[in-house]
Formats: sequence, C-alpha cells, structure tokens
Amino acid sequence: MRVSRKSQENLKAAGFIVALFAIWEIACVLFEVSPIVLPRPSAIFSTLFVQMPALWPHIVQTLGTTMIGFLLGTVIGLALGAFVGISRTAYNTAYPLLVGFSSIPKVAVVPIFVLWFGSGTVPAVLTALTTCIFPIVVNVATGLATTEPEMEDVLKALGANRLQVLWNVGLPRAMPYFFASLKVAITLAFVGTVLSETVAANRGIGTVMMMATSSFDVPLAFAGLFALAILGVALYAVFAVIERRVCGWANRKQEFALN
Amino acid sequence: MTATNDLATHQTKRIAQLEDVQVRFGQGDDTFLALDRTNLVVNSGDFVAMVGPSGCGKSTILKLVAGLLRPTEGVVFVAGREVGAEHVGIGMAFQNPTMLPWLTIRQNIMLPLKIVKPYADTFRRDKHTAFRDRADALLAKVGLTGFGDRRPWELSGGMLQRANLCRALIHSPQLLMLDEPFGALDQFTREELWAVLQDLWIETKPTVFLVTHDLREAAFLASRILVMSARPGRVTEDRQVEFARPRTLETTFEAEFTDLTNDLRRMIFAARQSKEMTT
Repeated sequence: MRVSRKSQENLKAAGFIVALFAIWEIACVLFEVSPIVLPRPSAIFSTLFVQMPALWPHIVQTLGTTMIGFLLGTVIGLALGAFVGISRTAYNTAYPLLVGFSSIPKVAVVPIFVLWFGSGTVPAVLTALTTCIFPIVVNVATGLATTEPEMEDVLKALGANRLQVLWNVGLPRAMPYFFASLKVAITLAFVGTVLSETVAANRGIGTVMMMATSSFDVPLAFAGLFALAILGVALYAVFAVIERRVCGWANRKQEFALN
Repeated sequence: MTATNDLATHQTKRIAQLEDVQVRFGQGDDTFLALDRTNLVVNSGDFVAMVGPSGCGKSTILKLVAGLLRPTEGVVFVAGREVGAEHVGIGMAFQNPTMLPWLTIRQNIMLPLKIVKPYADTFRRDKHTAFRDRADALLAKVGLTGFGDRRPWELSGGMLQRANLCRALIHSPQLLMLDEPFGALDQFTREELWAVLQDLWIETKPTVFLVTHDLREAAFLASRILVMSARPGRVTEDRQVEFARPRTLETTFEAEFTDLTNDLRRMIFAARQSKEMTT
C-alpha cells in the first residue's frame, strides 16, 4: 500500500516534469522562437547526445574538479564547523569572517586565484571549495548547538571531556544538519567550478559553454547547462540516499506519517 | 596512628561535604545569591531528598556535588577530595530522559561504560558480551526486558525514564544525582517508579541526591530530607526518615507518613510566605 502510493507520487512528479518540457517544446514551435534565442528541449537533448563524445572529457573534468573541491570543502567545513560549534571564542572570531567571506561574489575571487595558481584546475577546485563551504560550517555549528544541556551534564558528571562529548553526542546530533548542508553544498560546488572554468580554463563544461556562446552555438551552450543540471540532480540524489541511510533516526516522523 | 589517619577513618563514611559554600549567579552589579553559606555532610549510602520552593537552590547543590558548577566561595568535597580533582563517575538523571535517538535503548544505557574507567578501557571488547548482559540485567530490573533493541522514540515517557535510571546506574556509581526524574510523569507511573528506584537503591546502596517537588516522593524514597528556603537558598530543616524498607504504597497511607508530608508542606509554605514578604 505504502510502496504503491509512493511510486504513484513519483510517477505524478515525473509526469509534471515531462509536461513542463513539452510545454517548452510546444511554445518554441508555436511562437517560432529562433534556436539562437531559446532552443527546443528536443534539440538540446539531441545536441547533448550527438556531441557527447566531444563533451565527455569536459564533463569528466568538471565533475572531477567539483568533487575534489566539494570533498575538501566537506572536510574543512566539518572541522571548522565543529571548532566553531564548541568554542565560543572561535565562534565569535570565525563567524563575522565567514559571513564576510561568503558575501564576496566568487566571480571576484577567481581572478585572484588565477593570479596565484595560474589558470586551470587549481583555481576551479578552490572556487568550488570556497563556494560550498559556508552552508556546511553553519549547519554543523548549528547542529552542535542543539545538544541538550542535560545530556552534556550527564556526560560531564561521568567525567567525559569535551572531545568525548563532541564525539558521542555533538557530532551524531549534528549529522542531519551536516547532510542537509551537503545536498546544498554539492550544487554550490558545481556553480563554483563552472564559474572558474568560464573565466580561466581550457577544459570543462564552463569553457565549452563560453566557446559555444561566443560562436552562437546556443543549443550546445544549453546542452552544457543540461549536462550540469543532470550532474547536479544525480549527486543531490546520491547524498539524499546517504543521508537517509546515515541519519534515518532524524526522519522517523515522516516514516511514521506514511505508515 | 597519626591524626590525619584518624581523621580519615572517621571520614570513611563521608561521601560528600559542602564547607561554607556560597553560590552567586550573574555578572557585575546584576548578581544574586543562589545558595547562601551552606554546610552539609552526606554519608555514604544516604538517600537525600531536597525539597523547597522553586528557585531555592536544590539543583544548585546537585550540580555542585556533580562538579558541574564551581562554588563562588567555600569548598565541595566528594569522596574525600575537592570536587573535580578526580572524576568519580557520577550517575545523573534529569526530568528530560535525553536518550540519544540514533542509538538503541541498550546502546544508550551502555554509554557511561564508554566513558567511565575502568569500563572504558575494555568497552570495545566487552560491549557485545559482558556489558551487554549487564545492560540487559538492569533493563530486566526496571521491567524493560526485550526493549534493549528498540529506539527511544518507540518508548513511552515512563519507559524512557526507566531506561534513564538504567543509564545513570549502569556503571555502579557511588553517587547518583536525580533532578526531578519523575516530574513529567503521571501519578501512577511515578509511584511505580518510586518502587523501582527503591529496589535499585537497596541493592547497591549508592548515595543519592534527589531533587523533587513531590513531598510524598521525598518521604517515600529518602532516608534524609533537606528542606530549603526560598532564594537565597539555605537548608532550614534536616530530617531523618526512619520508615522501614522496602516501603510500599501502603506506607504512604500511614499516619506518620502523612504527618511528615504535612510538616514538610507547612515548612515550604512558610518559606514561600517569607519570600513574598521580602520581595
């Protein structure tokens, strides 16, 4: 009963998404929109398919860069979040800095990274890292702050030190927040990578799109966009599954509601 | 035998001692005295209940002995040493059972064994054998046989509080701190748990500090009741409770029992009155 209703909901959602593309397609045909302005979805998908051999190395490049930046961002973000979450001084010091840094448009930072490290993969990784780190830090710190004071007292009375409290209660308690932030962070990491690639790189989807638009190959540019969107959705889904596996305890209420 | 040794033998039964302890909360000009100059000696195996109007510093005493709070003045001794000098692994339970939702009930109960020595040294090895059995034995005593593999959200409030007692006692602590553990439970569950707690206490005789608002609870469980005055908190009455153990619900209907609770009620009422007059 529950499975069929769930798959029914999924089917409905998929139907609406297909319908959205269909409306786009029909509107383009109906209003005779030039493919240089807005290509039809069918043209985009066929371009994506036909150009795949040429696009593939760029997709791999972007994916790899994003994953490296994201992984570094996750590790550093988790550590920083834990640090900020347990120490008041660290919180007071790091928070304004973090907010300030995250307010800077990353477009403005890329040239500096290029100046330091030359064009190519390194600035792209760094841009991905700096774009995705903020939500991770904030969420981990917030998650740590949700530890019940009573639980902390129980552990301290037992003689637990700070690290033991963090390890046994703080971090597990922060995990739902952490994984929620990873879903946001992975999509932001893509934004960072492509941003850097459009400014200074000779490989990657960002580069392809820059070249495509400058030669008015709009369907190819859109194919690049679609490739990015598909990657984003796929990785989001991966982290959603991991989240459910690792912190199912945090979602119990939804499951009960469905039962 | 030297004088210090003499003193030591004399003090063997002392587990906790407050010496001229004062606690002041707040900062700068905006401070208030939470606990007035207090002297208190608690012997090993005592079951001390603390009652009094709210905000009278009952929980403050609890936190002082547990080492969670430093006195503004004076010294707190636990097990013959200044509190905090050496961790004695105090068991603690609050009104909020705070079972960790990502662990099973059994894993929750075994958590202190992961932290308190000497158990912590062999936790990895024993958690699937000896410690597991220990947790299950304790669960059986509080009437939760078979619930070890359940998750906290699958248990009722009363069951969680039973598990909470197990977690506080799993490492056989010398000192057990209970801060209104049954405050959120209905009358029937509460009375059931009084009996459960009494049985557990009789078995291993830890020293218990119980903070409660329920005078019947204090009279039922305690071997000694401290009545405290409103802020600044002071111990105004220190009374031994001599009813035979194990006490049952029948005990609570006896005349001496009701006399005791009425006495306590009168004293707390007087303490509240004097507070209203001063404010």
